[in-house]
Amino acid sequence: MTAKLALDADQVARARELAAIAGAPVVELARSHTTVAVERATLRLAGLGGADPDGIPWVNRLVSAVVEQVGLEHGVSGPVFGALARGDSTDLVALAQRAAAGSVDFTVPAGKARTAAHRLGTRAVRDGLRTVDRRRAERERLVKRLGDPPQRPWIYLIVATGDIYEDIPQAQAAARAGADVIAVIRSTGQSLLDYVPEGATREGFAGTYATRENFRLMRAALDETSKELGRYVRLTNYASGLCMPEIAALAGLERLDMMLNDSMYGILFRDINPVRTFVDQRFSRQIHARAGIIINTGEDNYLTTADAVEAAHTVTVSQLLNEFFAHEAGLPDAQLGLGHAFEINPDVKDSFRLELAHALLARELFPDAPLKWMPPTKHMTGDVFRGNLLDGFFNLAGVLTGQSILLVGMMTEAVVTPWLSDRDIALQNVRYVLDSCGGLHEDFVPAPGGFVQKRAATVLAEAVTLLERITDEGLLSSIADGTFGIMKRPPDKGRGLDGVARRADDFWNPAVALLDGGAA
Amino acid sequence: MIVRPYGDTTGDGMVQVSFTLPVPHDRRAEGAALQLAGKMGLDPAMVVHAKQMGTGFTFFVVYGRVSHLVDTDRVTVVERDFPLLAAKDVNAAVRSRLRRKLVVVGACIGTDAHTVGIDAILNIKGVAGEKGLEYYRELRVVNLGAQVPVPDLVRAAGAEKADAVLVSQVVTQRDAHLHNTREMSAAFREAFPAARRPLLVVGGPRFDEAMTGELGVDRIFGRGTTPREVASYLVHALIERKKAA
Repeated sequence: MTAKLALDADQVARARELAAIAGAPVVELARSHTTVAVERATLRLAGLGGADPDGIPWVNRLVSAVVEQVGLEHGVSGPVFGALARGDSTDLVALAQRAAAGSVDFTVPAGKARTAAHRLGTRAVRDGLRTVDRRRAERERLVKRLGDPPQRPWIYLIVATGDIYEDIPQAQAAARAGADVIAVIRSTGQSLLDYVPEGATREGFAGTYATRENFRLMRAALDETSKELGRYVRLTNYASGLCMPEIAALAGLERLDMMLNDSMYGILFRDINPVRTFVDQRFSRQIHARAGIIINTGEDNYLTTADAVEAAHTVTVSQLLNEFFAHEAGLPDAQLGLGHAFEINPDVKDSFRLELAHALLARELFPDAPLKWMPPTKHMTGDVFRGNLLDGFFNLAGVLTGQSILLVGMMTEAVVTPWLSDRDIALQNVRYVLDSCGGLHEDFVPAPGGFVQKRAATVLAEAVTLLERITDEGLLSSIADGTFGIMKRPPDKGRGLDGVARRADDFWNPAVALLDGGAA
Repeated sequence: MIVRPYGDTTGDGMVQVSFTLPVPHDRRAEGAALQLAGKMGLDPAMVVHAKQMGTGFTFFVVYGRVSHLVDTDRVTVVERDFPLLAAKDVNAAVRSRLRRKLVVVGACIGTDAHTVGIDAILNIKGVAGEKGLEYYRELRVVNLGAQVPVPDLVRAAGAEKADAVLVSQVVTQRDAHLHNTREMSAAFREAFPAARRPLLVVGGPRFDEAMTGELGVDRIFGRGTTPREVASYLVHALIERKKAA
C-alpha cells in the first residue's frame, strides 16, 4: 500500500526511537528476573505434563517444592535436573510426585553435578523446542499445500461455549461459513489462575479453558476442515494472564497459529503485577517467535475504557511499545498482529472519518505487520439493527484502510454470546463489504491536507508527546499513574508478585539460555 | 391503558420475530416456522425471510399479528422513589447534611472482568455525556476495578469507611451475577453490624430491579442507569437513613 497520509518521516523515526528508550529498562528488568510461570513453562518444554489427583499440574507441584527449599532466584532447572542426574527419580513426573510427597532434597548443583544437571536439562528442553520447530514446519507445509485465505483481511471469528466438544462443531461450521481464523475465547477468570488446567474441559464461564488437550482437539478438528475446504484455517488462543509463558509453550507444542499476547493488557485490565507481566511476556514472545505464531496485541481494550478519540494516541504509543518488545524478543513484523479498534462513539460528528484516519495511521506506521482490526463493542447498545449497520461501517473501514485480520463484529454484542444466526448475519455483512468493494483501498486516497491526513498527523504528534513524557517518567511510573486505559497500576502491587524473583548470579534456565542464545 | 403492538395502524397488533430452527430449509421448514409463530400467538403470520445456514439450520424472520392486549396499569416497575438531583445539589446535600465526604467503594466482583459498567458510573469520564461520580466534589470514590474477591471488597469497604458499596456485574453465565451478589451481601452482613453496614448497590444489564430483598441489597440498577441517578439515590438513601438513626 502506498503512503496516503504524508506522515512526517522524522516524526515516525522519533516515535520509534522514544519507544525503544522507554522499553529498554523494561527489557533489562525482564532479563534480570524470573517468575514461577517462566520456570513452569521451561519444565513443560522439558516434557513434564499431567496433574496430581486434585488437578494441580505437576509443574506447579515441582516448582513449588523447589522454591520452598532453595528459592526461585537460581531457576528451578538446576535443582530439578541435578536431582534427576544424581538418580533421585527416573523421570520428571516421578520426581514431581516424590517432591510433592516431600521426599526430595533439592540443592543448587555445583561443580561436576552442575555440569551433569545442565547437560540433562539442556537436552530435555532442546527436545521440547525441536517439537515446536516440527510443528512450525508442519504449519508451513500445510499452508503451502492448502493455501492461505484468498482475500485480505482474514476473517476472524470467535467461538465460546465453555465445552470443547460443543466448540469443535461450531468452529468447523464457522470455518465452512467463511472464517479463516477461529479464536476459542477462554473462560472468564482463567487469566487469574496461577496454573493451566489439564485435559479436555466441558465447563467454562463465557468461554472454554485453555488446556493442552483442548488445543490439540481443536487443532486436529480444524486440520480436517482445512483439508475439506482447501485453505488452512488458523487457530487462536490467549497467552495472557498469570500463565502466559506456559500457555505460549503449549501453543507452540500443539501448533496454534495466533496468540493474544499484549505487553500491558494483564497489568491494566487484570491487575497483574507489572514486573511479573513484563518478565512473562518476554519469555512467551520468544517462544511465539520460535513457533512462528502471530501475536495479537490488545490495544482495542484501551478504547473500551477510555474515549476512542481522546485516547487514540495511547493506542499508537502502545503499538509502538508492543512492536519494540516484540522485535526485541525476536518476532519479525510478519508475526506482529498489532491491534486497534472501531470504538468511536457513532454520535460524534465525523466519527467514521476519524476511524479512517486512526486505522490508516496504524496501517502506515506498521506497513508489514498483519494488523488486527477489532469491531465496535462499547457503543453496541442492544439495538441489533443499528449494531448491524455499525458493523457494516466497521467492515468498510477495514477494507478502505487495508487491515489484515478482521475480527467479525456481532450485532448482539453486549446482549448474548453470539447465536448461530448472529454469526451468519455478521458473516453476510463482511462478505457483502468484501465482495462489493474489497479493492476500494486503491481508490481511497485522502485529500492532501484534508481531514483524514490532519487527524492522523495530530494523533501521531500526540503519541510522540506522550512517549516523551513516558521516557522522562519511566514506563513503570507511567503505568502506575494511569496513562493507559485510565487504570493505575503501581509496580509493587498486583497479582502474581510473589512469583517473581531477581535472578541470582548462578541463575540457570535452559530454555532462557537456548532462546536467548538463538541456537538449539 | 390497554394497548396492542403498533405496526403502522393503531391496534393492528403487528410484531416481528426472528429465530432459527434446527432443520434444513424447505417447504416443510417454513411450515414449521409458521406453526411455531402460531403457537406464539401470531395469527396470521408470514414468513418473510428464510435462509439456510450450514447444512442443518434455517433462520426465519416472521411478521404477524397478535391479538393480545396489554394493560399498562397492571405493570409493576421500580419507579424512581427519589428526586433526581443536579451535581451541585448532590454536593450541597452531602456538605450540609453529612458534613464530610461521602465515600463510595466500587468493584466488579467474581470473575467478571468487564469494568465498563462500574467505570461508566464512577470514572470522571462518565457515560452519555454525564460525568461519573469521581466528578462530584463531595464524593470520595475508590474504584477497585475488576475481579475483586468479595473478602477484599469487604476489607476495603471497612478500611475506607465506605458509606456505599457499588458492585457491577456485566458478563454473567448461569446466573453467576445472582450468586455473586448474594455472596457479597451475606459477607457484608456478617462483617458489619446492621447500623454500620454500608449501603449495598448493585448494577448490571441482567439484574431485575425488583429483586433487592431476595439478593439482600439496598438497591439494584438496571440497563441505562446514569451516574446522576446513582448519586441522587445515594444522597437520598444515606440522608434518609441518617435521619432515621
